[in-house]
Amino acid sequence: MPEAARKIRLRCEINGNALSLEAYPMARLLDVLREQAGLTGTKEGCGEGECGACSIEMDGALVNSCLIPALQADGTKIRTIEGVADAGTLSAVQQAFLAHGGAQCGICTPGMILAASNLLSRNAQPTEYEVREALSGNLCRCTGYTKIFESVLEACRAQRLRP
Amino acid sequence: MENRQIGKSVPRKEGREKVTGAARYVDDLTFPHMIHGATVRSSFARGKILGIRFGEGIPWKEFTIVTAKNIPGKNCIALLIEDQPCLADEFVNHPEEAVVLLAHPDKYLLEEARRAVHVEYEPLPGVFTIDDSLSHKQIIWGDDNIFKSYRVEKGDVGSVWGSADFIVEGEYETGAQEQLYIEPQGMIARANSAEGVIVWGSLQCPYYVHKALVRLFGLPKEKVRVVQTETGGGFGGKEEYPSMIAGHAALLALKSGKPVKMIYDRAEDMAATTKRHPSRTRHRTAVTREGKLMAMEIDFTLDGGAYETLSPVVLSRGTIHAAGPYACPNVLIQSRVVATNAPPHGAFRGFGAPQSVFALERHLDRVAAVVGISPEEMRRRNFIHQGQALSVGQVVHEKVQMDELLDRALTLSGYHEKRARFAEENPRSTVKRGMGFASFLHGAGFTGSGEEYLASEALVTAMPDGRVQVLAGSTEMGQGTNTVFTQIAAEALGLECEQIEILQPDTSRVPNSGPTVASRTTMIVGKLVESAALGIKKLLLDASFLKSSYSATEFADACRKYTGKFGPLQSLVKYQHPGDLHWDDAKYQGDAYGAYAWAVYVAEVSVDPCTAEVRVEDFVAVQEVGKVINPILAAGQIEGGVAQGIGFALCENVVWQEGRMVNGQMTNYIMPTSMDVPPIRVFFEELPYARGPAGAKGIGELPLDGTAPAIANAIARATGADVRQIPVTPEKLMEMLEHMYA
Repeated sequence: MPEAARKIRLRCEINGNALSLEAYPMARLLDVLREQAGLTGTKEGCGEGECGACSIEMDGALVNSCLIPALQADGTKIRTIEGVADAGTLSAVQQAFLAHGGAQCGICTPGMILAASNLLSRNAQPTEYEVREALSGNLCRCTGYTKIFESVLEACRAQRLRP
Repeated sequence: MENRQIGKSVPRKEGREKVTGAARYVDDLTFPHMIHGATVRSSFARGKILGIRFGEGIPWKEFTIVTAKNIPGKNCIALLIEDQPCLADEFVNHPEEAVVLLAHPDKYLLEEARRAVHVEYEPLPGVFTIDDSLSHKQIIWGDDNIFKSYRVEKGDVGSVWGSADFIVEGEYETGAQEQLYIEPQGMIARANSAEGVIVWGSLQCPYYVHKALVRLFGLPKEKVRVVQTETGGGFGGKEEYPSMIAGHAALLALKSGKPVKMIYDRAEDMAATTKRHPSRTRHRTAVTREGKLMAMEIDFTLDGGAYETLSPVVLSRGTIHAAGPYACPNVLIQSRVVATNAPPHGAFRGFGAPQSVFALERHLDRVAAVVGISPEEMRRRNFIHQGQALSVGQVVHEKVQMDELLDRALTLSGYHEKRARFAEENPRSTVKRGMGFASFLHGAGFTGSGEEYLASEALVTAMPDGRVQVLAGSTEMGQGTNTVFTQIAAEALGLECEQIEILQPDTSRVPNSGPTVASRTTMIVGKLVESAALGIKKLLLDASFLKSSYSATEFADACRKYTGKFGPLQSLVKYQHPGDLHWDDAKYQGDAYGAYAWAVYVAEVSVDPCTAEVRVEDFVAVQEVGKVINPILAAGQIEGGVAQGIGFALCENVVWQEGRMVNGQMTNYIMPTSMDVPPIRVFFEELPYARGPAGAKGIGELPLDGTAPAIANAIARATGADVRQIPVTPEKLMEMLEHMYA
């Protein structure tokens, strides 16, 4: 950090809670979330926007939090993996990842679940191709993606069946 | 109560924590007063260290600084031998070798400081290729640059060359491959005279790290403690290198008196840590006009990098797998692993076998073409059968179903129909399509007498309330250890999976179950867990607290009575090597592995001749792996391994410059994404293996062996290009295609 940089105050809503945080303006949002908000579910895999392990939703858009400067987060609504389950009840996507082997080592899983959830919020009945496309910014080294596709498609079915 | 848990897709034991983000990986942990550590690395491949200069503008007094002089014990990473220093002292032998360690509370300032340390060198000429190493351009290790060599001999190859109908030769190469676990390597250490050394980190083998720290710090074993945190993928990459980071973090912790966290970023991880050994294999094969193998002469060489690390063992597995699942009467395999001035190459899923199997399976397609028979007929005429001997002389006592696996794989993939159709369509199509396959085997567990020397242990404890704990040094890194051990213990005890707990691997409380490698965890350690669980049951039966048939409540009741009367209810089991397995290390002959997994993989590819891009369109993986304990986890292992194999075959290209990886970012080292993988269709044949837990064999490494050659054979079929090297990047394939058309 250059000496001239001064911390700024950020106000944002994270997982439904209004938060006020101090951070250097060019600090990575990833670090702010992990180190200051204590939300360690967001992971760093590459730090250059390739792997998607740090995926979060910012004002409804899926972003790599390692590429977002903290100042850009001011005034936004953020959802991280910690905000996906509803008071301890797993979302359909989380439930499907658990039941269908969508998670192995688990390090890409938070980002993958946010990417999948983001897709389903825009498109309730994606084709397998659309699932592949939506997850192409999230790398997984364990699964070969097959069980992840199955999990996402199964989550769609489960959501449709919900009353 | 038989098979209530086995063969069921029980959800992953730690799955809920993983899907909610609650699972704690090493970088998620914070300790009071913790500071951060960084590594200053060599900029030269080989040189003499002349001095270390600390640049201006950095408040050096605030920093903890460690060099080789600060090591309390021996300056080495103890593994097979002790040739690799923990910190370079007089000389550096590869780029990115650790020279100086720094720690500071502010990680931004730490990074500035790292860049301000200047190590001065007198550069020495380096060795960067297998040929330069073998020709002794420079002697950089031992007397001859050779870490290890093997000779495997069966029959007499020399006797048949004269009478062979055909002799087919070929040379094949495979490149380095980065494990690319998505969680980079990392450790946290605390060290002081009262507690000794404690490390928490991302690792596969707690007792490897333990051994290395005991030596590095000169401490008694009980003064070193290693705890595995949730591990975000390993694939072999966290087998040996974590000992290095643990040592570095602990040295900084000892000097600073504070907990030190060292987390590699991706660039450092790719630049400094191990990769799959690059290889070169030469085949010379004598064959009859009917396609019967008469002699196979195989010359197999690995590039080991600058220090020995695990290279002899990687070479061993590659050597033993080099002649495949075939019954050739005369085989000579000569192999060696050589030193170069690159960071040491190391363990990566498959461990030498993917290299030698690629060469063999690509070569056999070429042999078939010379003989004038189909690739499948070539294999069929030479498959090993029960009672026949592998190249190391091991008589296969298990039932072998290679013919059936081949039939099933070819049928499921539509191989014959598609091959005929593509042959007809390709000449007038702008996209060239091809089918290819590979047949192979993979031995589970340590090689030869390895398991006997390891003498692994596992412990099962029952609590007074009937909860059962499994204590093993085997680690969960995504492959499913926790879940599989749970199922095995629950099955043995007739309990539900919820009643079983898997304790976090921590060397202060779990026994040494050996490393979590070599497709050994389910088959070898799982068997120990099964036996230990059965031991608990026997104790309760013998004490008459339990009848042969019981409910969970009755089990809990019995545990309460037993512990009340006799104290802790525990069962520790140690590995016993089967008396009928014999291995001669001097001759390199005998029963190399207790069991093998057998497989046939089929790839369908399309090639765009304009861009030379290859797409894998469909992939069928058929394998016999004994009893499948958890179908979803098992299929997940195969699918993930196939995807890594696709990367190995097509796009994962490490670019070297004077021993340094120059494309060490995910931006320019390309692994398969969700858009690059085909449907991966996985099928299991289940022949229960008598010595495996509930009949299971090992499967983890298997899929890396056959994927790349199946794809390479398919590319050759689609385009006519005689593929000899992987990865087949578009650049390489385009060169081959242009050469063919010219």
